[in-house]
Amino acid sequence: MVLHLTGDWIAQETGLRDAATVQRVIAEAGGAARLRFETGELGRWDSALVAFLHALRRAGAATAEPAMELDDTGLPEAARRLLALAAEAGPSAATPAAPNGDPLLTRVGRRSIANWAGAVAAVALIGETVLRSLAALLGRRVWTRGVDVLQSMREAGAGALGIVAIVNALVGGILAFVGAVQLRRFGAEIFVADLVGIAMVREMAVMMTAIVLAGRTGGAYAAQLATMQGNEEIDALKALGIPVFDYLVLPRIIALVAMLPLLYLYACVVGLLGGLVVSASVLDLTTTAYIEETRRAIAGTQFALGLAKSVAFGALVALAGCHIGLRAGRSAADVGRAATSAVVAGIIGVIALDAVFAVCANALGI
Amino acid sequence: MSGAQDDRLNVHGLTLAFGTRVILRELSFSVRRGSIFAIMGGSGCGKSTVLRAIIGLLRPAAGTILVDGEDYWAATEAHRTEISRRFGVLFQNGALWTSMTVAENVVLPLQMFTQLDSASIDALARLKLSLVGLGAAGERMPSELSGGMRKRAGLARALALDPDILLFDEPSAGLDPITSKRLDDLILELRDGLGATIVVVSHELPSLFAICDDGVFLDAETRTAIAHGSPGALREGCDHPTVRAFMTRARPEQLTAMEDPHGRR
Repeated sequence: MVLHLTGDWIAQETGLRDAATVQRVIAEAGGAARLRFETGELGRWDSALVAFLHALRRAGAATAEPAMELDDTGLPEAARRLLALAAEAGPSAATPAAPNGDPLLTRVGRRSIANWAGAVAAVALIGETVLRSLAALLGRRVWTRGVDVLQSMREAGAGALGIVAIVNALVGGILAFVGAVQLRRFGAEIFVADLVGIAMVREMAVMMTAIVLAGRTGGAYAAQLATMQGNEEIDALKALGIPVFDYLVLPRIIALVAMLPLLYLYACVVGLLGGLVVSASVLDLTTTAYIEETRRAIAGTQFALGLAKSVAFGALVALAGCHIGLRAGRSAADVGRAATSAVVAGIIGVIALDAVFAVCANALGI
Repeated sequence: MSGAQDDRLNVHGLTLAFGTRVILRELSFSVRRGSIFAIMGGSGCGKSTVLRAIIGLLRPAAGTILVDGEDYWAATEAHRTEISRRFGVLFQNGALWTSMTVAENVVLPLQMFTQLDSASIDALARLKLSLVGLGAAGERMPSELSGGMRKRAGLARALALDPDILLFDEPSAGLDPITSKRLDDLILELRDGLGATIVVVSHELPSLFAICDDGVFLDAETRTAIAHGSPGALREGCDHPTVRAFMTRARPEQLTAMEDPHGRR
C-alpha cells in the first residue's frame, strides 16, 4: 500500500495530522503488511511530519495484526534519519510511569503512612526542642552559635517592629470605632476603653502579632531551610557532624520564643494608643479619663495570659516553619510549597491554639 | 588479607536502597592508604549514592563500611560523628553555606570543633583558602563566585579540619578543561602534601586517568561493581564490554558490532 504525502507539514501552520485516522482508513481497506510512501508532491516539512510518521508507526505496531511495517525508502533522507533516531529511544517512551496506576486503597494507604510519618517527625521535633533546650539550660554542650541567635532575633524581632505597629494600631482603632458606635447608644462611651484594653491585651495583640510573624518569619524559615536542603547545604552540615537541629533549628526557635513576648508588649502599647486616638476623635472623652479607665480595666493576669500565649505562639510558628522546611523536597516548587504551608500551618495553628487557651482560661476563671 | 592493615576504607557486601528501590547491591571494595581511589560508572549507576553512604547521609540496607577497621554504621551516632570528622567532603556543587562569606564557610567547622582562639582560626582559614588559590576571595559571598571558584572554596572547607580521608563528588564536572586540570593538579598536590587518602566519584575520563591509581567500576544495569582496578589498567586490560566502551568513549553496541565480524581481537 502506498501513502501519498502532499503539501506542507509545518507544525505552526498546519498543525499535527492525525495518524489514527490514517491507520483506521488503512485498516478499513483491508490492512497492509507494508506501507510505502510517495513524497513527490511533499512541500515544506518539519517535526509535524516526523511526529505523524512516528505516531503512525506506533499505531501500526499496536493495532494491526501482524504489525504493519513502514518502508521508509520513499521518505526524504533527513526525515528518515530523524525517524530512526526516534525509534531508538522508543522502548523507554513506551513504558510510561503509570501516574494514577495504583488502586485507590493503595494511594489512601500511602498517603496515610506519609501523614503519619510527618506527624511522628513533628512530635520528634518538639521532643528534641525540649531536650536540647533543657541540655542548654543545664549547661551541656550545645552546637548553637550566639551569633546565629542574635541574627535571628534581629530579623524576627526588630525587623517586624514596623508591620506589627501598623497592624495593631489599626486593630486597636477598629475595636474602638466598633465599640464607640455600639456603646454610644447606651451612653456608655467610657467603656470603649475597657473594650479596647481587654480585647487587645488578652486576645488581639498577641494573635495579630503571631499571625504577622507566621507570615513573615515562619514562611522565611521554611523557605530558608528548604533552599538549604536543595543546595546540599544541610548535607554538608551533616557530613561535617554539625547537628542540624542545634545549628539551624534551635536558634530560630529561641529567637521567636524570645522576641514574640517583647513584640506582644509593644503591640499592646501601640494597639491601646490606636484605640485612644480613635476614641478621642470620635467620642467626646478626655484622654485622661480614657487612660484612667484603661488602667482600671486591664489587670496583671490579662498580661500574664497574653505573655503565656505569646511564648506558645512563638514556639509554634518557629517549629512549624522549621519542621516543614526540613521535610521539603529539593526543587524550586518544593521551596514555594514549603513556604506556603508553613504560613498556613502557622496561622491555623495560632488560631486553634488561641481557642484552646480561651477554653482553659474560661475553665480556670481567669 | 595481607593488605587489610593498610586499608583506610573497607566496603563489604554493601546494598543501598531508597525504600524498596535497590540502587546498588553486594558492592565490595577497599581503599588503600594514600591512594586516589575512583568510583567510576555511567550516569545513574549510584556512584554518588555510595559516597552518601560512606559519609553518613544514607544508611545502607545491608553490608558494612569499615573506616580504619571500625564499623561505621554499627557505631553510635556520637561515635559516627567522631569518625566523620576524619572525612573532608567536597559536594558536587560545592554546597557552600550561601548565607555566609567564603571565609566564614571555612571558619565554621573550625569554630565548631576546635578550641582555638579566633586569631588562630582566621589564620588557619586564610591558609586553607590560599592553598586552593582563593586567598583574595575570602570576603565574597558564594553567589559571587564562578563555578570553579565555588568548587575550590568547597575544597578549602573540606580541608578545614585537616581530614585524612577526602571524598570528592564529581570534582571536575561542569568545569572547563583548564580549570579542571588545575583542580586535578591540586588534588595530587594535596595528596602528596597532606598524606591524605582520596576517594573521587567521577565520570570525567581525562581526570580519572590523570589522578586515580585505583578504583571500582559500577554498572547501572547489574547494579553492582563489574570491575576493580585503576582507570588506566581498566582501559588497557578489562574485557567487560561496558567498561571498555566507557573507557574508550564508544557506544557498547558499536563496540560489539566492530568486533564481531573479525572475531576476537
